[in-house]
Amino acid sequence: MLDFLKRAPNKTQMQWIKAFVFALCLVPLVRLFWLGFHDDLSANPIEFVERSTGFWALFILLATLALTPVRLITGRVWQIQMRRMLGLFMFFYACLHISTYLWLDFSFDWTDITKDIAKHPRILVGFAAFVLTIPLAITSNNAMVRLLRERWKKLHRLVYLVAILAVIHFLWLVKKDITEPLLYAMILFVLLGIRIYYKSLVNRGKTKDTTSLFRQTT
Amino acid sequence: MIIQTKSDIIPSEITPKEVFENRREFIQKAGFGLLAGAATILSNPLHAAVVTSGATEGAGRLIGRANAPAMFKPGGARQKISNYTKTQYGAGEKLTPYDDVTTYNNYYEFGTDKSEPAVHSRLFKTNPWTVSIEGEVKKNKTISIQDIYKLAPLEERIYRMRCVEGWSMVIPWVGFPLADLIKWAEPNANAKYVEFISRADPQQMPGVNIPVLDWPYIEALRMDEAMNPLTIMAVGLYGEQLPNQNGAPMRLVVPWKYGFKGAKAIVKIRFTEKMPLTSWMKAGPTEYGFYANVNPQVEHPRWTQSSEKRIGAGLFAGRIKTQMFNGYTEQVGQMYAGMDLRKNF
Repeated sequence: MLDFLKRAPNKTQMQWIKAFVFALCLVPLVRLFWLGFHDDLSANPIEFVERSTGFWALFILLATLALTPVRLITGRVWQIQMRRMLGLFMFFYACLHISTYLWLDFSFDWTDITKDIAKHPRILVGFAAFVLTIPLAITSNNAMVRLLRERWKKLHRLVYLVAILAVIHFLWLVKKDITEPLLYAMILFVLLGIRIYYKSLVNRGKTKDTTSLFRQTT
Repeated sequence: MIIQTKSDIIPSEITPKEVFENRREFIQKAGFGLLAGAATILSNPLHAAVVTSGATEGAGRLIGRANAPAMFKPGGARQKISNYTKTQYGAGEKLTPYDDVTTYNNYYEFGTDKSEPAVHSRLFKTNPWTVSIEGEVKKNKTISIQDIYKLAPLEERIYRMRCVEGWSMVIPWVGFPLADLIKWAEPNANAKYVEFISRADPQQMPGVNIPVLDWPYIEALRMDEAMNPLTIMAVGLYGEQLPNQNGAPMRLVVPWKYGFKGAKAIVKIRFTEKMPLTSWMKAGPTEYGFYANVNPQVEHPRWTQSSEKRIGAGLFAGRIKTQMFNGYTEQVGQMYAGMDLRKNF
């Protein structure tokens, strides 16, 4: 019944899927504009926008990191084609998140902002995560991939660090009820765990390397 | 049995909220607006409990939207307080809109999200209500909320409220000086501190079933802080009875301290010789101290304390500078003379 999921989509189908995911990724932004236009951004609108953009940046980041585990477990690869778009949307929401912080929240008062970053480990960690995403976004085009080759792969492993920092940033924000950030920390733990598990299988020679697994099913 | 005893069933179990509200809407649409309240009460004694417990806020809103006569207000829902006097406190301050004050609440007993208390506290029963007085007092006693209303003349105090999370409001409270209640309580010479214990009812307060904090919620003040004329027990806001989500029927308001000092739905007041351990001190001793005075000089590990966001000011209003003691230094500064406020945060 779910045969269509097993088959890789053809070029036209893939374009449609990408267009759909693209539109989906814009929904949180459209929602914010809609709520803002209707004066419905809660009693604390600045915090609402900060939370919302931060949440979607993290959510999309986790979605990006879920693509490889899906490949490792199912052998399916076509979803990997979505990785760059999702990664860039993560960066887009992270930019909105930090702009809200710098502009709406702190009105570009650099003395206060420096103090806030220095004195609050939570902000420092979030800021570090954002800074680390910048080289990833810059090197996301094909030319850069070709130019950097093996180094590109190494560079883009930074995304794991970004994810860990982002989750810590969320955990430290919450005063007491840490259920929600803990959920995302667990998801990240599982996503990274799957990678480590498959890597260890390859290292111990118990399975063909994951790239051949990849070829086999294409 | 002829004498009907009080039912253990909580109102929310009797009729699903939607059914209850739809029914009211139906009655209203049928043109029985004025009779609806009476009809509800008469038709089922169990509903009467709902109506009188301040639970019909939703229904009240429905009716309000339909422009029903102002005289029809179900008991408990947005009830005006008739006899209070205005004061000079907070003159010239721009009030935070009623809707923001009543939908943006930190009241973990009803959920940790700020929008949850307004929803989950609708059916909270605040009548009958008694407050017990114990500890270092002449003798233990209890007082009903009705008698508390009569203890001292009610007055309106417009106070700034600064939350430790970096936001603030300006709220027109209706209440009376805590000093009046303390005088009535007759603490003895050993009483150095006053402890306020909030209601923790797992039946009515869903958040109490989750060990976010060590329930019940406990807050406390030093005796001189409690007796300070600025410290009040609030029973209302915006000239109306205190909404449940704001701490009905009675909550503490200490305007020069962070908002969490303002214990809500107080059921017990205990006088002690030793400094009590409050809920937030237990939860995070490095983050929350006993005094919790608003102080832009002492940073919190999570939130900026040198500036704050004023609720209701809008998306583009930015921040305002936080003032020492939330701007009440003149009235309270002398109580902390010579104290190291970095250590005693």
